[in-house]
Amino acid sequence: MSSTTDSRAADGTRRRRRGPRTWLATLPLLAFTGLCFGIPLGAMAYGAVTRTDPASGATQVTGEHLARSLQGPYLGSLIGSVQLSALTALVGGVLGVVIAQAVVTSRSAGLRSAALTASGVLANFGGVPLAFAFIATVGISGVVTRLADLTSLGWNLYSFTGLTVVYLYFLIPLMVLVIAPALDGLRPQWREAAQSSGATGRQFWRHVGLPVLAPSLLGGFVLLFGTAFAAHATAAALVGGSVPLVTLKIADALSGNVLTGQENVALALGLDMILIAGLVMAIYLPLQRRSARWLR
Amino acid sequence: MLSSSARRGAAVLLSAAVLTTLTACGAAPDQKSGGADGAKNGVQPGAATSVADFGSLEALAAAAQKEGELNVIALPPDWANYGEIIKAFEAKYKIKVNSENPDASSADEIAAVKSRKGQKRAPDVLDLGIAFARSGAAENLFAPYKVTAWDKIPAGQKDADGRWTNDYGGYVSIGCDAARIPTCPQTFADLLKPEYKGKVALNGNPTKSGSAFGGVYAASLANKGSFADIQPGIDFFGQLKKSGNFIPVESTPATVEKGETPISIDWDYLNAGYADQFKGKGVDWKVAVPTDGVYAQYYSQAINKEAPNPAAARLWLEFLYSAEGQNLWLKGYARPVLLPGMTQDGTADQAAVAKLPQVQGTPAFPASEELDKAKATLAEKWDKALS
Repeated sequence: MSSTTDSRAADGTRRRRRGPRTWLATLPLLAFTGLCFGIPLGAMAYGAVTRTDPASGATQVTGEHLARSLQGPYLGSLIGSVQLSALTALVGGVLGVVIAQAVVTSRSAGLRSAALTASGVLANFGGVPLAFAFIATVGISGVVTRLADLTSLGWNLYSFTGLTVVYLYFLIPLMVLVIAPALDGLRPQWREAAQSSGATGRQFWRHVGLPVLAPSLLGGFVLLFGTAFAAHATAAALVGGSVPLVTLKIADALSGNVLTGQENVALALGLDMILIAGLVMAIYLPLQRRSARWLR
Repeated sequence: MLSSSARRGAAVLLSAAVLTTLTACGAAPDQKSGGADGAKNGVQPGAATSVADFGSLEALAAAAQKEGELNVIALPPDWANYGEIIKAFEAKYKIKVNSENPDASSADEIAAVKSRKGQKRAPDVLDLGIAFARSGAAENLFAPYKVTAWDKIPAGQKDADGRWTNDYGGYVSIGCDAARIPTCPQTFADLLKPEYKGKVALNGNPTKSGSAFGGVYAASLANKGSFADIQPGIDFFGQLKKSGNFIPVESTPATVEKGETPISIDWDYLNAGYADQFKGKGVDWKVAVPTDGVYAQYYSQAINKEAPNPAAARLWLEFLYSAEGQNLWLKGYARPVLLPGMTQDGTADQAAVAKLPQVQGTPAFPASEELDKAKATLAEKWDKALS
């Protein structure tokens, strides 16, 4: 919201913004970003495309690691990760919006602050503690599993479905946190104006609500996708190797007790992950720019 | 209270005394050995390949004490009794052991050696999975050193140049909570029975965990596989997964205690150790080494070629391969590499030997190429068989 007023106020002086002095101010940020992202990225890219012979120490450029990272079980793990992340981001996004809308439109301030605080806590509740909480409640000998006899209903925590449910546990609160401010931005007056012009609720959402929210919704989806895509500890504690995920494969190759000499393939897999994240951003950014027009 | 001038005088006297002692300490070994480090014939501790290079064990101990510290990595205190071993070493030689990242993996150890080359906090000694011991030796990361007991270690259990030496090991075993499971499985074939639905776990993912890998290897041997052919083992776990018996949870003491993994395939020394740990906690942990798939594996010791405390590193190895060190491993239910000889000459701790899970016959080990092939097959096929 504030950015729109800014650009309107600064309309006449827009050219001056690109002056050298503003660039100078961003230099520390750029230097920081360059150091903290550039060096690891460079090291990863270098490791992914080179091979060092252990005996002679000679290094040569090779496409072997990247090729291997896109074959067989490694490719399977990339596909598995994308599937899991897309599914959980989609489901988590939709449910998160519904919950956030319910919280925002309810007139209870207590519910609102309770829901937002809880979301803030739960969105950061991940990793091994979360996995163990789920194992203790709905694992094979979990309390709820035994009370409700979930196993006979076909429930299995240690599967793709189980992992989806666990991921939603922290993705839905994350979506609530991200989308609640945007929902707040939907002025009640707009809805009243639509209603007095004879629009139905569905028409309001179709022509006003969703277009205005679209950038935030897309942003939320991308954030959820990224969180699920990069999650490692929860999945490692829950499913081990039985659901192929790229983060688990990287851990196997990088710090295992079994496979030797796989470090460069792990780096190549890391590079693949960055490419996928970049791809998602490449789809998101133009869409977001297009929908951002509605905010002007 | 001393006046300030008196205090200054005392300080001068004190520093003079310290300086004299220091120079005296530094000079003494120089005269005897020609090196500042206590090694005989001018051999640096970092180049010593046996205790003879120091002259005697006492000289080695003196050189190590001068370093005063030993950096170890990836030694969990509850794994093969390492907690007690470290304490015993510290007490015996008055050397401080810096234990870094106890839960690290072999790959982490190698990475630490490479990334901290020349630093004071680089690990001195490593306890590695055999594949990492071999690849590390090929990369020239280890210092060759032959312990006093070198000749008693079977040829298949050591590098000919002494760059690594097997230290302790164990058999793949089936741990089972008899309080929850009416009849405990004794063989791999038993595990397929419908009564074990949703009960059988491995200690981790076999593409990452050494003991889980051993479990698949043993299952292969139980199902007409061989060291060169691990596929029957992968198929066996695929079958277990289909029947619903296999659960992919990584078994830990916590999951065992909660009853989440009532049957766990793991090294016998870990399973036997759990039995002690769980006594009085409602878990009756029984250990069986399956007769249809006998597979043993040993870990290896190696010294970092650029160890910051080279003498302490060599003393640590001498300690581990002494009867005292070997018996401490034995106390942790691990089978030390010198056990056969120690049983014969009577130095083995008989009570500890009696507590080991019973195994028939002598262990056989896969050749390097067979191991590589099995790993490649596993990495390729495990995901598909289990998903």
